[in-house]
Amino acid sequence: MSEITPEVVTHLANLARIALTDEEVARLTGELATIVDSVAKVSEVATPDVVATSHPIPLGTVMRPDVPGETLTADQALSGAPERHGDRFKVSAILGEEQ
Amino acid sequence: MSGTPTATPAAELIRLDASELALKLAAGEVSSVEVTQAHLDRIAAVDGDIHAFLHLNAAALDTAAAIDKRRAAGGKAAETLSPLAGVPIAIKDVLCTLDMPSTAGSRILEGWIPPYDATVVARLRAAGLVPLGKTNMDEFAMGSSTEHSAYGNTHNPWDLTRIPGGSGGGSAAAVSSFEAPLALGSDTGGSIRQPAAVTGSVGMKPTYGGVSRYGAIALASSLDQVGPVTRTVLDAGLLHDIVGGHDPRDSTSIPDAWPSFAEAARAGTREGSVRGLRIGVVRELSQEGQGFDAGVLQRFHESLALLESQGAELVEVSAPAFDYAIAAYYLILPAEASSNLAKFDSVRFGLRVTPPGGGTVEQVMAATREAGFGDEVKRRIILGTYALSAGYYDAYYGSAQKVRTLIQDDFARAFSVCDVLATPSAPTTAFKLGSKLDDPLAMYVNDLTTIPANLAGVPGISLPAGLAPEDGLPVGIQFMAPAREDARLYTVGAALEQLLVAQWGGPLLAQAPTLG
Repeated sequence: MSEITPEVVTHLANLARIALTDEEVARLTGELATIVDSVAKVSEVATPDVVATSHPIPLGTVMRPDVPGETLTADQALSGAPERHGDRFKVSAILGEEQ
Repeated sequence: MSGTPTATPAAELIRLDASELALKLAAGEVSSVEVTQAHLDRIAAVDGDIHAFLHLNAAALDTAAAIDKRRAAGGKAAETLSPLAGVPIAIKDVLCTLDMPSTAGSRILEGWIPPYDATVVARLRAAGLVPLGKTNMDEFAMGSSTEHSAYGNTHNPWDLTRIPGGSGGGSAAAVSSFEAPLALGSDTGGSIRQPAAVTGSVGMKPTYGGVSRYGAIALASSLDQVGPVTRTVLDAGLLHDIVGGHDPRDSTSIPDAWPSFAEAARAGTREGSVRGLRIGVVRELSQEGQGFDAGVLQRFHESLALLESQGAELVEVSAPAFDYAIAAYYLILPAEASSNLAKFDSVRFGLRVTPPGGGTVEQVMAATREAGFGDEVKRRIILGTYALSAGYYDAYYGSAQKVRTLIQDDFARAFSVCDVLATPSAPTTAFKLGSKLDDPLAMYVNDLTTIPANLAGVPGISLPAGLAPEDGLPVGIQFMAPAREDARLYTVGAALEQLLVAQWGGPLLAQAPTLG
């Protein structure tokens, strides 16, 4: 069932925004293949007639009373920011050179 | 240090349960400052060996002094103090605290101080408990040994060469080494119960939604639950009463009233409390050949026999879908974790690593996450990304959610013929540090008996069942109850605890090696 190759792991790492090293890709390829083979057993019993459960305790939408409360100040919200510009989070360029 | 001699020496103070400390504090026999200082001294003496704490609360004594002042003032200020006011507590580093770093054991959050308190922390403060510090854990609660912490191993007080369990190894080690009478943990697949089992302490995972998760750094949102880690069942009930109950800030929080869990524990110690109680023994999780140490099974069955001698009725039940629980869990958890951990993007908090020569925001994110996450976190994020990716979603994540339904059905069938279910809390006693670190699957099976409760959202408690004859290390027994029936666990837990402590001639932890 496993189709985990280094190319798949590299692709997944790109999707997950983790710049894995080549050594990590090689190691994870082997580890993930083993883990995926092991967890694939779920398909043995997950027949079409079984409904899926996403949430263990069924709850309707619980609304809180609509009362004004305290919110974080800009300084509090920015207190952990790696870099700020005035009252904003500062990041590097969003677009790459080719864009 | 206070210059006046105290009625109870510090060495005795640290060995008192929270409920005993609470009585002495209320009677004015000790002050919270004395109790807090005794625990800070204990931490200074033994935490070099144990490494349960990642950060200490510099204001602990100030908080204690404020409680003492309020109590001394008398009148309404003193009367409205909670039962545990003045008692110190350790807090797992997954919970946000305004005044201490909250790292979840990860390098990516090193030094991060949240701008708000988790609801459970706010409730502790309001109740007058004294936070001692933040405890070590597997990074983002991913692990069963605390070896995946970015900040070093925590050691089991029973044998420093062994794991304290995980992910909440720090909280369990703090409580079992008498560094703190109480701790808070979080349990996604056993992270409160398994550490409690291997350290000889008590750990309770409440019903999903029973305790607020606002301000708990999320691992897998459909599984995570916050709960108490203590040395007695009554103490767990007292702490649960303080932190539990509806929180409008957590949309999964159950908006119902709960009974007093301390009262449920006290009821368990009364004559006849388990008479007629139907205890379901899960066939798939109680027998040889299922991965259990012989000593674990021996102490488990002895505990059941003890309850049977008091009038409880043992019923064998079958839960065939439990055989698929680990597989389902290791799809659902990584899938949810890969989504939850997307927030660590180097923009709003935590680490930022810029690649040499600069880069786009995406390259900065990727470099930051490469540098800031440990091996197990990367492994699970990649696995979760795979399980959720187009073409595989139905086969993996979809199937795992169906297994979840089958497991809920098994629980429902079992609870139609019994009141609580019993299993060992963990398949083995504490294993050696390093022995399973290179084999993720071997690590994952430690959660064999604890995962089903998380998948179904039902409560589970682990308490000490004795020492395994082969290695002299603690064994835990787990009880589970239907959702919202947490009180049953406190009653049966306190009943068994009383019987076992009488048999041992004192608490199990009295047999632990002396540290320091």
